Amino acid sequence: MKAFWAIVNRDLRGYFLSPIFYAVATVFLLLTGLLFYSNLVVYTQISFSSMQNPYFSETLNLAADFIRPLAANFAVIFLFFIPAITMRSFSEEKRAGTLELMLTYPVSDFQVILGKFAAVLITMSFLLILTLIYPGLLFAWSTPEPALIASTYLGFLMMVSIFTAAGILASSATENQIIAALVAFGLNLVLWMAGWLSPQDGGLLHQILDHLSIINHFEPLIKGVVALTDLVYFFSMTIFFLFLTGQVLESKKWRG
Amino acid sequence: MIEVQNLTKRFGDTVALDNLSFQMKPGEILGFLGPNGAGKTTTIRILTGYLTPTDGNAWVAGYNLREKSREARDHIGYLPESVPVYREMMVTEYLEFVADLKKVPRASRKNHLDDIMNQCGLGEVRNKLSGHLSKGYRQRLGLAQAMVGNPDILILDEPTSGLDPQQIIEIRELIRDLGGRRTIILSSHILPEVSQLCERVIILNRGRLVAVDTPENLDRGLSSTDSILLEISGGSEPDGLIGMLKNIHQIRTVQPVSHLENGVLRLQIIADGQPDIRPVVARSIVEAGWNLLELHRQTRSLEDIFIQLVTREESVQ
Repeated sequence: MKAFWAIVNRDLRGYFLSPIFYAVATVFLLLTGLLFYSNLVVYTQISFSSMQNPYFSETLNLAADFIRPLAANFAVIFLFFIPAITMRSFSEEKRAGTLELMLTYPVSDFQVILGKFAAVLITMSFLLILTLIYPGLLFAWSTPEPALIASTYLGFLMMVSIFTAAGILASSATENQIIAALVAFGLNLVLWMAGWLSPQDGGLLHQILDHLSIINHFEPLIKGVVALTDLVYFFSMTIFFLFLTGQVLESKKWRG
Repeated sequence: MIEVQNLTKRFGDTVALDNLSFQMKPGEILGFLGPNGAGKTTTIRILTGYLTPTDGNAWVAGYNLREKSREARDHIGYLPESVPVYREMMVTEYLEFVADLKKVPRASRKNHLDDIMNQCGLGEVRNKLSGHLSKGYRQRLGLAQAMVGNPDILILDEPTSGLDPQQIIEIRELIRDLGGRRTIILSSHILPEVSQLCERVIILNRGRLVAVDTPENLDRGLSSTDSILLEISGGSEPDGLIGMLKNIHQIRTVQPVSHLENGVLRLQIIADGQPDIRPVVARSIVEAGWNLLELHRQTRSLEDIFIQLVTREESVQ
């Protein structure tokens, strides 16, 4: 346990002392702010026009017309930005040679992988916490459902967890950070598009791709539906990617 | 302490290590010697658990590396050739991190690290960033992290590479100090270093063990002849003296090397190495009425032995 926290601490230092993190964090906050603003503008326009139209005002819904599209927009940002954070994870240590030393210490590969995963997850959670200002603004001028906000953030965390695990996997396979980021982005995109690629015929491929699709499991959460099957999906995909990372590290011992 | 049996490592079609076996007693300092690509680093990486052997077995501190790698690693301190450090960490922070990974109890951590930093001469740079250290200090930091947790075994891959002569001397003295209490494997391509520090030397070439012995035995075993260089003066007939020396049993050839000023003559004698021929030669020269100015036995360096072994190995193939 001590070794695990030592690795988490060290990696957190690494992230918070690296210029990449601040570049990513700045652009991330800028973009989320921009998205919040533009979605808000659209929503205010809708609600203005609904004032003239009583029928329209009946259907006006903060959750469906503002929070959900905004959450979907945020998710796209994770798709792009998490690889920029995870690319350092193993690649940097491989390049610098510190991974060789780390793996000869009396720690298990498992502890190293979990430590590195937790460090990115904490870093991303920190960014997520900063975005809480947006729901904060909503609460100041409106009355959103607290449970919906909570389940949306749970969705964010789950999505971040899968993207992080995929990014760690990509990073463990190369010492080139650019390649690590691109591969991670590719993996994320495959999960993202799996639902779109799925042939809508009810066949086996359709079922598999539908199940793999991250959006299919994310959408219920931003609608406020917390289902066990979706959570199982997020946990199992995360564990799967971390398991593969372990296999990559193990295979290095054979291939050199 | 360390036992290696028929260790083989292949990377694809390349055989990096071919059927290597050797043993080490506790407290021994063993040198790995060999040209680049001989298999020194591969052997070290297997012993530290970073690589898995294709074939064969290795035991470190009684633990089979295939089954109990983590337990074995409890007993190993490792200094890789490139001395990797986390550039953004201060020296003390880095060593604290290593101490946590090596499970040094928090209570004794500070004293332990202070001891190591003093021993390695890191006291004055303890609050500097690792990335800003000079090569010499970086090497010391590398050695310090290997010593964290007081492992019984230290494995040092080219510990003096890239250092200036003064730093090399300091690091060697540090390693010498560490010997005795700890079992040390030292890889190097600098031969005097190995002959100075190590009790036994393993010579590797192309992944094979070429020789394993003490530096002295390697020397003795290979040199059946001595080469002696003489400077003499004052005599009248060099040819007579040369003839007389040639008559001594054991001496194979006597050759004048050069005539210097003031009637000084330089000779080279090649003789069977055992027993030592020098007393007989000295007496004969003086009895023949010459002055013996200098008598010098040219011992062969480990370098000669190494080249001889490695080239012999290659000609056999």
